[in-house]
Amino acid sequence: MVGDTGWRRTGWIALFILPSLAGMLLFVIGPIAASAALSLYHWDLLTDREFAGLDNFRRLFGDEDVWAALRHTLAFIGGYVPSVMVLALLLALTLNSKLKGIALLRTAFFLPVVSSWVAVALLWKWLFNPRYGLINYGLEQIGIDGPAWLFDKGWAMPAIIVTSVWKDLGFVAVLFLAGLQAIPHDVYEASSLDGAGPFQQLRSITVPLLRPTIFFVSIISIINSFQVFPQVWVMTEGGPAGATTVIVERVVKHAFSYGEMGYAATISWVLFVLVLTVTVFQLWLQRREAFDA
Amino acid sequence: MPSASTPAHASLPVARPHASAVAARRRWGVHAIAAVRYAVLVAGGLVMILPFLWMLSTALKAPGSVLTTTPQIIPRDPTLESFRVVFDVVPLGRMFLNSVLVTSATVLAQILTSSLAAYAFARMRWRGRDVLFTVYLATLMIPSQVTITPLFILMRQLGWIDTYQGLILPGTVSAFGTFLLRQAMLNVPREYEEAAFLDGANHWTVYRTIVLPMVHPALAVLAVLATMASWNDFLWPLFVTNDADLMTLPVGLSLLQGEHTTDWNLMMSGAVISVGPIILIFLLAQRTFVNGMLQSGLK
Repeated sequence: MVGDTGWRRTGWIALFILPSLAGMLLFVIGPIAASAALSLYHWDLLTDREFAGLDNFRRLFGDEDVWAALRHTLAFIGGYVPSVMVLALLLALTLNSKLKGIALLRTAFFLPVVSSWVAVALLWKWLFNPRYGLINYGLEQIGIDGPAWLFDKGWAMPAIIVTSVWKDLGFVAVLFLAGLQAIPHDVYEASSLDGAGPFQQLRSITVPLLRPTIFFVSIISIINSFQVFPQVWVMTEGGPAGATTVIVERVVKHAFSYGEMGYAATISWVLFVLVLTVTVFQLWLQRREAFDA
Repeated sequence: MPSASTPAHASLPVARPHASAVAARRRWGVHAIAAVRYAVLVAGGLVMILPFLWMLSTALKAPGSVLTTTPQIIPRDPTLESFRVVFDVVPLGRMFLNSVLVTSATVLAQILTSSLAAYAFARMRWRGRDVLFTVYLATLMIPSQVTITPLFILMRQLGWIDTYQGLILPGTVSAFGTFLLRQAMLNVPREYEEAAFLDGANHWTVYRTIVLPMVHPALAVLAVLATMASWNDFLWPLFVTNDADLMTLPVGLSLLQGEHTTDWNLMMSGAVISVGPIILIFLLAQRTFVNGMLQSGLK
């Protein structure tokens, strides 16, 4: 470029990249490195930090509360991911048409998506209220004596799952919708000329062609669910009796309530390992499919 | 979808016995499917809308008429009392302004830093560029919770707990935003800027007058995603604020529930104040929101 040589060129590049790079170093890359270092220390922020070697990791493997939080997180995933995927797929299939009034209906499914998690969690805490909540009232009308939901060890997690499915349904449906709209029209036209009915088309065209989308959506849903937190914090704070503790909740508790910065950082790396595992699995599966094809 | 293709080929001169009977059956099938679709969508739509109506309805009730065993969907004597009281219980007005300030500052700064960096990654050639871009991408793999403890310690050491800079600054850069805008900028044809450079324009002018206007849709997507993320963010403001006067709405709401566990009318009025603005923005820019969510999912 004309006249752009030497220090002047460097100056321009610096001008463009430095605001972002400085922030990334200070607020993202630095803290990532610091988090790794922190996991090797005991530090309550009140006294001097103390080198701990691998103490925190040893403690992690023996920490029954962390294992419980991991189990609860996996239970959340086990309930949430299949439910949200099936419902969102059904929703996307019904939304994927030019029916009258569909835009309005589509809007309805996005309202929870754009709302803050805290507001949604409070709202559902109210809906799940055992005595005055709308849900148990509804169940009563059809002759079912509703459980105590968030106050019941067995029902608290299902309630959190229902709330999360309700909030994310529109988002996941949009991802499916994009996949559906990428399927060429003439495939359907050709099969319909051959006399295929709508259900046959769903089974032998839509689902197989949507497989990459289904796979991809399940991966990001799983990765996002590892980080489940605000709904748990607002609805149960990990209770009752620790029945809904999750990994991020452990990080927050150890950092805040117990003042164990080093151990909080150590637990947060469990999340990274989980995300990394799923990502590697995804890449491995994709590569295998690519070779099979 | 399958149903849409039926009328087109029904008019084709296909010589088949009972063609009209088949067509009639198919037409009936099309209507049946449309009816099922409507039923599913309307039922689903109700499940989505009803809780919001219940939120609004509870917020409009007088304290005495909230805890009723037979729920009143439409409040008998609607009142704005809760909206008045909730501002006295926690500084909700202040929290609202905090949220507005933090969100606008974060979004503007994030767009500025991300678009500048994206320009450097997409439109300039320099040593280490691709390595650095890979580092940016790699940070996307690391859950934000990993950085939150050291970030909290950093804020304490800087004395930034309970300050606006503590709330705002960590959100002013975004690897995802940089990535999103870089991809958009790669598609801007070189010819435009080459002509401008020949006319003596510098990088700043090219960035401002050529590249930015041409990636306008991507900027809108980033703006929408960043607004939604910042307005609704909970974890970071929870870490960095203790003083109610510095809290944003989500943290303020959770504070409200800690202090008034059974005053559902107060909590729901707080919730209405918190979701109202973002829903309004969503209704105004629905298409950009949906596009944005798509891009955030596809990253």
